[in-house]
Amino acid sequence: MHDIRKIDIQEGILDENDHIAEHVKEHMEEHGILVVNEMGAPGVGKTTTLKNIFKHLKSKPYVIEGDIESDLDTKDLNSLGIETHQINTYGACHLDAPMIEHMTHHVHFTEPGILFIENIGNLVCPAEFSIGEHVKMLVSTVTEGSDKPYKYPLAFEKADIIILNKVDLIPYLDFDEEFFTKGVRALNKDVPIFKVSGKTGEGFEEVAAWLEEKAASIRP
Amino acid sequence: MHELPITQHIIKIAEKHCRDNGGSRVTKVNLVIGDYSGYVGDSVQMYFDIISEGTLCEGALVDIQHVEPKLRCNKCGRLFKKQLLTFDCPYCDGQGEMTDIGKEFFIDTIEIE
Repeated sequence: MHDIRKIDIQEGILDENDHIAEHVKEHMEEHGILVVNEMGAPGVGKTTTLKNIFKHLKSKPYVIEGDIESDLDTKDLNSLGIETHQINTYGACHLDAPMIEHMTHHVHFTEPGILFIENIGNLVCPAEFSIGEHVKMLVSTVTEGSDKPYKYPLAFEKADIIILNKVDLIPYLDFDEEFFTKGVRALNKDVPIFKVSGKTGEGFEEVAAWLEEKAASIRP
Repeated sequence: MHELPITQHIIKIAEKHCRDNGGSRVTKVNLVIGDYSGYVGDSVQMYFDIISEGTLCEGALVDIQHVEPKLRCNKCGRLFKKQLLTFDCPYCDGQGEMTDIGKEFFIDTIEIE
């Protein structure tokens, strides 16, 4: 008969991921790079949002594109002269810190700027994993419905900036902005909400200015 | 579905602590999983049984202590369980704010022999 012993562990299962995320963040700060983790459900306009932000951005943008499959967005952004690298997860529902750590060694950080990491289209899992970001940027839309903060609280709670996209469609929808905002505020008192339209381009100048301010704050 | 890589990680942590403590196998893993952690206990259990084969955790039991999420009222300060589609406090006209209660996701203890 063997003795059974109980061992205290008290170890967070994501501790290793978080440790690598911290390392990524420090590495990027050495290059003067602000890291933005862009999250949102499929079809909210994450790549379109980036393209619109780039029109107003003074800092140099770098992009890591996360998709389950395909490199359509990467080709699109590279064709615009933006250095973009692709991560395909082939089934995994989120990016994690080890994937980003690996990929940052392939990006040519020739000058300080902003690294945008477009996470897998998913409103659930990406919010749970730190990937070395300074800013979690959540893209939500008026077409998804105003109940999203109530149904997917973690993404809204963790966001540092919320972009409400497709506002040009409000006249055709029953989007209840007051209900949406009330839900966001219960979860995240001070998060700025920027109303934008990827179609018309309205609102992105303010988003870019907000990001520039953040980028300036991490530079020595 | 992200429970698969996470379960591999749980096994790795448990094996490490088993070895560090001179054990020959893990007989039980006690996890604490908050309902707002985003991880489904049943999925962890299912993957654990499959992928622990051939590891020090093979045949180990997995015990999961679930934690119900609680909000804290911004007016009266009381903790309460969130109701669907509202953050309203059931005791006053305040609003509930998220707390860390219900987001736990860690290995509490393991049992080894």
